[in-house]
Amino acid sequence: MIVVLASPAPVHHDGRMDISETLLPGVGLRYELTTTNGDHIGLVVARHGEVTLLCYSEDDPDVSFTVARMTREESEAVADLLGAPRLAERFADLSREVPGLMAAQIEITAESPFAGRTVADTRARTLTGVSIVAVFTEGKVLVSPDPDTLLPVHATLVVMGSEDGINALQKRIAG
Amino acid sequence: MDIDLALLELGIILVLLGFAGGIARRVGIPAIPLYLLVGLVLGVGGFLPIDDAAEFIEVGSELGVILLLLGLGMEFSPDEFMSSLKRHRSSGIVDAVLSATPGAAAGFILGMGWQGALVLAGITWISSSGIIARMLTDLGRLGNRETPAILSVLVIEDIAMAVYLPVTAVLLVGGEWWLALIGAAVALLAVALALLASRTVGNRLTRILGRAGREQVVIRTVGVAVLVASLAELIHVSSAVGAFLVGLSLNGSTATKIAELIAPLRDLFAAMFFVGFTLAIDPATLWPILPAALILALFGIGSKYLVGRYAARVEGASRAGQTRAGTALIARGEFSIVIAGLAVVSMPELPISPLASAYVLLLAVIGPVLARYSGQNSRMSSLRSRLRRPGKAT
Repeated sequence: MIVVLASPAPVHHDGRMDISETLLPGVGLRYELTTTNGDHIGLVVARHGEVTLLCYSEDDPDVSFTVARMTREESEAVADLLGAPRLAERFADLSREVPGLMAAQIEITAESPFAGRTVADTRARTLTGVSIVAVFTEGKVLVSPDPDTLLPVHATLVVMGSEDGINALQKRIAG
Repeated sequence: MDIDLALLELGIILVLLGFAGGIARRVGIPAIPLYLLVGLVLGVGGFLPIDDAAEFIEVGSELGVILLLLGLGMEFSPDEFMSSLKRHRSSGIVDAVLSATPGAAAGFILGMGWQGALVLAGITWISSSGIIARMLTDLGRLGNRETPAILSVLVIEDIAMAVYLPVTAVLLVGGEWWLALIGAAVALLAVALALLASRTVGNRLTRILGRAGREQVVIRTVGVAVLVASLAELIHVSSAVGAFLVGLSLNGSTATKIAELIAPLRDLFAAMFFVGFTLAIDPATLWPILPAALILALFGIGSKYLVGRYAARVEGASRAGQTRAGTALIARGEFSIVIAGLAVVSMPELPISPLASAYVLLLAVIGPVLARYSGQNSRMSSLRSRLRRPGKAT
């Protein structure tokens, strides 16, 4: 349950950004934030799921401009796209906290012997000690993939392990 | 009634409504005023007298009101109302006082008695949440700072209307003041119960109505709404309020789904309601009342402008934002006509329905036009079309 406030009130997400949330009675919710680069942007999420992406005028912060209107499905696709790199970033943060632990992304190229094979086929854990923690395919993120998850061409693996292990796995997957 | 002729008349009316809707879309104004015009052009004193379809349109109009209010109730959320009330209670009071006064004064000045004054007060008071919410989306103003203020005023008006309608309905059928008071109490209690029920019984009702194939959802929901509305009408609480209560007690994402399924049906019968309202009006009766309607419209613009400015200032919007909020609230529409409909039966001798039609015709057009030119037209479509076709003059 989201706490809803009638006025823009800062809500902390990830403990870093201030995203203010405003109730639009009868319409839905509005989120606003100012990016590090100084862009004041907003999202209106209507009750039926449509999303409007807004940017605010520099000379008048009260006025917004509609950048794009998205259906529920479109907004979900965009959210997936935005979610994928952020996930990798979080793994990177985690690896910073554990000495010796590294995270990396490995792409399955067309030349790779593992294109079209499964996660288990790579034998990553057994041979290199590296864990495959997520697989990105066409904007979709699969966290903690099953051993029999297929790895199509251009899929990207998010892996964690020691530096040597990751180098070994990279060579193995490149073929 | 001759069925063939009834269908012919109905067909002509619906085709004209379709054209009217298309024109409204192209010009960029709401469809309601054009629906009203179609009714004026046809029907009593118009080019095509409607006889055989009249009965059906009468019943259809009632269905239109029921579906409009059912939809309004389903859109309503108690949390949103409470937070609107918390922040904009004063805006709601300013709205009630400033916007209802011109109507009440006009009622007394035109010699319509206190009943006429009461009805006109409601007509000038309640803005059209349908027109305004759509307009804010189309103009791309949902992100603006003044927008929550506008929407809060509309939500408060919705509940105010749920109390106003039964009180007025009781007073108009000649009930004593204490009967009206009981009516008001019953309505308030019913609203409170419906909201309470939406958390307990409502869940079951929502499940029963919503968990079925599409056609069953529509049939069951409309069935329950019409049944409750007719019971409300029997005890003189106005069918509209009954339907509103049913809408209130439905909740959650299932209610949103039900609302989406019912929307086309609501649009069809609401159009029939608007056209049915003016079909019964002889355009000849419109001319003598036009000066009064114009003056009332001027006050209607001025009062809502001040209300909007006030509410936007509460929200902390700049002067420009206050102006935009002031013009956004001007549009009147469905609810003014619903309220005027109360008077048609009980006070047919008074020219309330031509006055209300002229008033809504004026403000449903002037409101959105003023709103559009009061601020930025912020869809970036013009910019985008330039980007898409570089070098081509538009």
